[in-house]
Amino acid sequence: MNPVLFAVLNTELEKPRIDWPIIAPVVALFVTALVIVLLRAILRTQPKLVYQLSIAAAFVGLVTSGAFVGNEWRIIHRSGIFQTFSGAIAVDGMTVFVQAIVLIATALGVLLALGYLRREGLETPEYLVLLLLSATGMLVMAHANDLVLVFVALEVFSIALYILAAFDRRRAESQEAGLKYFVLGAFSSAIFLYGIALTYGATGSTSLTEIATQLGVVDPKAHTGLLVAGFALLIVGLGFKVSAAPFHMWTPDVYEGSPTPVTAFMASATKVAAFAAFLRIFAGAFAQASDDWRPAIYVLAVLSLLVGTIAAAIQSDVKRMLAYSSIAHAGYILIGLQVANAGSKRNELPGTAASLFYLLVYALMALGAFGVVQSINHRGETNHAITDYKQLSKRQPLLAALLTLFLLAQAGVPFTGGFIAKLSIFRSAVDAGQYQLAIAGMLAAVIGAFVYLRLVVTMYATGQDDDPDAANEPRIKLDVGSRIALTITASAIIVLGVLPNWFLDIAHQATQLLTR
Amino acid sequence: MNALLLAATKDVVAFHVNPVLFYALAAIAIAGATGVVISRNPVHSALFLVMTMIIIAVFFLTLSAPMVAIVQVIVYASAIVVLFLFVIMLLGIDRHEMLATDDRKYQRPAGAALGLLTLGGLIATVIGNWQLGPQTSSGRALSAIPTLDGVASTTAGETDQIRPLARTLFTQFAWQFQVTAVLLVIAVVGAVVLARRSTRPARTEVSA
Repeated sequence: MNPVLFAVLNTELEKPRIDWPIIAPVVALFVTALVIVLLRAILRTQPKLVYQLSIAAAFVGLVTSGAFVGNEWRIIHRSGIFQTFSGAIAVDGMTVFVQAIVLIATALGVLLALGYLRREGLETPEYLVLLLLSATGMLVMAHANDLVLVFVALEVFSIALYILAAFDRRRAESQEAGLKYFVLGAFSSAIFLYGIALTYGATGSTSLTEIATQLGVVDPKAHTGLLVAGFALLIVGLGFKVSAAPFHMWTPDVYEGSPTPVTAFMASATKVAAFAAFLRIFAGAFAQASDDWRPAIYVLAVLSLLVGTIAAAIQSDVKRMLAYSSIAHAGYILIGLQVANAGSKRNELPGTAASLFYLLVYALMALGAFGVVQSINHRGETNHAITDYKQLSKRQPLLAALLTLFLLAQAGVPFTGGFIAKLSIFRSAVDAGQYQLAIAGMLAAVIGAFVYLRLVVTMYATGQDDDPDAANEPRIKLDVGSRIALTITASAIIVLGVLPNWFLDIAHQATQLLTR
Repeated sequence: MNALLLAATKDVVAFHVNPVLFYALAAIAIAGATGVVISRNPVHSALFLVMTMIIIAVFFLTLSAPMVAIVQVIVYASAIVVLFLFVIMLLGIDRHEMLATDDRKYQRPAGAALGLLTLGGLIATVIGNWQLGPQTSSGRALSAIPTLDGVASTTAGETDQIRPLARTLFTQFAWQFQVTAVLLVIAVVGAVVLARRSTRPARTEVSA
């Protein structure tokens, strides 16, 4: 044997400690996806059976993964927060909170997709595989404590989503959505990667903990241009993923063109995962340098609120309208990020907690709203213009009522989760002394209310040119999956609105444990 | 080749890249990058890209990272650009009129203006305040260049370049490395989904 090689093999290599309980949620989802791929290969002659089995497998995987997340929560309560895998993984409250939201959103996304896939003739196990793999990336994103890991996770869930957006290949809009998302997404990933490179160059580490330590010893005034440029590029990259203005251009087209259950998943889970990274990197690792990045987040928040609400008001398509309103929601969450580290004495509700709670509520609202839109759509993704929603209360009273609930929640009407979410964001902004941001948010909420109420009025108003037979139109028969998903989202939104304290408390705990 | 590697290695330990060499290479790299953007023929663009990639590989050599340099040549200059050329030729867009179809007149000047603005912003933030590596409280650099577990500080030839790299990959960056496996699975499944010919007949009716 080559002596050099021999020497290399002989030197002791300290083996990395594999902390199985911590990566178990990720591994569970990944293994489930692989099992489905294998089933597909082994039982090639029975596509029907494979599809049924893969649905079952997906739910088993999601539940298993959820149980492991619960176990993580137990571990944290027993032994406190810690890092593992040489600091690549942070195990803290935020990890568990975000992983839980992602898993819930994925499960609801699968439930919503089942009926849709049947209607569109797209029943293939690959859909579930890609959805699960995308969720795997999001779970990794939730615990990533290292910029390299953040990037890998970002790519994992994004690339799966590019394919899901183009999943209905026979529809040109779906192909266009996939391609547009892919090209712009790859571009933003490159910018994000360059941001990582510059931050690494300035701090000498990609580990968020080490960056935080490093920033702690440096006088903020002495921050180099390299560091600030790194922040800027990281903000651009993450801003794209959370679709914050002015990096939102892709959102309406992609949300409109993608198959609606994909849109629902994209709008909820992706935003949660990307904001998790946003919060962990900026509110966590870059906390000491918050004077450098807070002005940029301020501008992003105000622009997102402005663009999101005003553009939503002039849309004639429901999917596009919801896409713009998701941009506005990103604006509210950014307010929470902006005030995350504002030094205030009576900081009872830190911006991070408000943001996390908002993410939970937003994920449910988005899933619910897109779920109803998907049920109202006709085969081939037609029937989502606002005019198609005329008199919906007569034709489909149940769906109209559900959509009204989700829209009112998005508008922030009391007794819905949306109200508490907006209230906590504004409260954290006021606590931090950011009155202008709070006022901007409230103004946006007022304009936003008009947007949502316009659709509600369209559904309920009666006029001269009404179709007298509207009430006789056959009711849409909801499939079991949609029925379960919509019931869960609707009741969760009401519970979050009436009894929010327990959830707010959890969100608060999640941030107290956030690694600095 | 070996002599070149060794020479480069020695150079880099002290991190003294010959400025003449650096600026000459930088000029070629930027010329290549400009060529990618401005050439009318996509095949020429791809070839300009090869030029830039190879010069960047030489940069890695001058920074005593022969391993990265070789990977750069194999992966970027060869595999990726060959893939580009395949796509260009398969799609038959190796004629320049395909590239001249932007219907919005304001896009080109607006794109140029925004690009220059970004470039200016980056240069303005970085120049005059350029310091690499961890810093002390006064903002002075602790060390010249951040080291990746001694990748840059070992000297004894090629194997020592690769060993620390492998070591970090399988210890410090083990989880990051493992997660890329998910990416590969997605690539395979995605390729199947997007490339497979649909077995079902295309939809005939539009509404349910």
